[in-house]
Amino acid sequence: MADPAPGFKTVRLKVPVSGEDLADLAIGTIVYLDGVIYTGREGVYQRVLGEGNPLPLDLPAVSNVNFHCSPAAAVEPDGRYKVGGVTATASFRFAKWMADWFRVSGARVIIGKGGMTGQDYRDLFLPAGAVYLTTVGYGTGALLGRGIRRVREVHWLGELGNAQALWVFEVENFGPFIVDSDLQGNSLFEQQAELVNRNLEELYAGLRPPALSRYGETDDRKDELI
Amino acid sequence: MIAPDDIEEAACRIMANAAIDIPADYRRSIQRMADGESGDLSCFVLRTMLENWETATADRRPMCADTGLPRFYVKLGDHARFAGGFTGFERALRSATARATHDIPLRPNRVHPLWRTDHNNNVGINAPEIEWSFEPDVDWIEITTVHKGGLFGTDYRMLFPGDGIDGIKRFFLDTLVAFGKRGLACQPAIVGVGLGGSKDTCMVLGKQAACLRVVGDRNPDPEIAALEEELQELGNSIGMGAMGFVGKSMVADCHIEVGYTHTGGMPMSMHTFCLSSRRATVRIRADSSTEYRTDPKWFTPYMRRETVEWQTPHPVSRQSG
Repeated sequence: MADPAPGFKTVRLKVPVSGEDLADLAIGTIVYLDGVIYTGREGVYQRVLGEGNPLPLDLPAVSNVNFHCSPAAAVEPDGRYKVGGVTATASFRFAKWMADWFRVSGARVIIGKGGMTGQDYRDLFLPAGAVYLTTVGYGTGALLGRGIRRVREVHWLGELGNAQALWVFEVENFGPFIVDSDLQGNSLFEQQAELVNRNLEELYAGLRPPALSRYGETDDRKDELI
Repeated sequence: MIAPDDIEEAACRIMANAAIDIPADYRRSIQRMADGESGDLSCFVLRTMLENWETATADRRPMCADTGLPRFYVKLGDHARFAGGFTGFERALRSATARATHDIPLRPNRVHPLWRTDHNNNVGINAPEIEWSFEPDVDWIEITTVHKGGLFGTDYRMLFPGDGIDGIKRFFLDTLVAFGKRGLACQPAIVGVGLGGSKDTCMVLGKQAACLRVVGDRNPDPEIAALEEELQELGNSIGMGAMGFVGKSMVADCHIEVGYTHTGGMPMSMHTFCLSSRRATVRIRADSSTEYRTDPKWFTPYMRRETVEWQTPHPVSRQSG
């Protein structure tokens, strides 16, 4: 396990993550995982939730951790898999699928890049009893790659390609991740952004706006754009 | 005469170097930022990245699995000679991309924009991009590969001369604030600014400024160099660090490249490289021997020339050095 800066609580959890462990997770905690996790992003969500295809495996029985990621992986001529690194992709685009995904998959932990909005956590995650873990950096691909012990199975490789396929990994000491949302719907990103926002007015003070404006949804830099 | 196989082998090797080994200039800047970062979360992120780079090099695995949109920048000496012609050169780079995607492995990111077709090798229509430039008086070929993520951290805006430095600063801040939140831009990053040119040139210059100049390099125009330093400082004063957490680690360096533009306009583009800053370069000499490095040295005096005629200021040997 990495040696985090002092002051950070670090935990190592077994997957499937138990309800008790989930309840104990506070935002800002550093997490490492052991067990079985799987990747699923827009390709998988569209196939299952958009097109109504059945899950290719009994996900609720296998794992409750869904990683928004695509591995840097290749299939060898003999059919074996070579996994180099794994890195998350930005999760906010997948919010529209999460309520149904929680119901179908039994997922209780979502891992990805950058989190979702506090509103998404309260509307979607809280009712499902789910938390969000963010990867660090982003781009700790080598550290996470080292944590993958074995590719247990891959589904829809032909249909979706390497990047969008549903990969099932056995992982050990897999991390680090930072808890962004807890079971109460608190968000670390949201809290940090509020602190950053306090400086913005002063930052822009005295800078004249350009002659030509642009159409846009917001000119308030305190707004979230996701 | 340089053979297509030599080009392909060298291109494969820089693909691996770029994906696995963090450039020393960028590593040093992140180490400095980690040492000076007062935001504890932001500092934790930087220290984890330093550990990630050590792991990547030790395990020979990619630093980041989003191995970006792999692409090439080629500089041909006036006196360089290679077999197979220009299309043979392009074929060698496309073949290297497919091989490297499997062998390293890289993530096969490249898909058709509408049909999402994935050949699983990062090769497709207009992919990988290959940009060509030329160098007088020399006989070598240089190939640089850049793996840069493709979703966040870039923007373009048509500003006007009257908008002045204020306009530049505002757009600089707008882009960093917009994409810095939650760390979508994967900061702290080398930020490239393109100023001028036509719109497409403006984008190309900014991208090249971010990806093809090393930390600490300054534009030869002293006033532009001063603006680079001012913008870097401005970006680091937002109060935002890695992952959008409270901190001051936002801009590892700022590079500005300019192109002569429309008399009425001052177009500007912004590009943030990332926490893996993946670039690697090879020089292939006339005798096919190779030299590998992480500084692309793309913006030569010749590239920034202003006049019709060109005289190399310090004559260099026509032979490989």
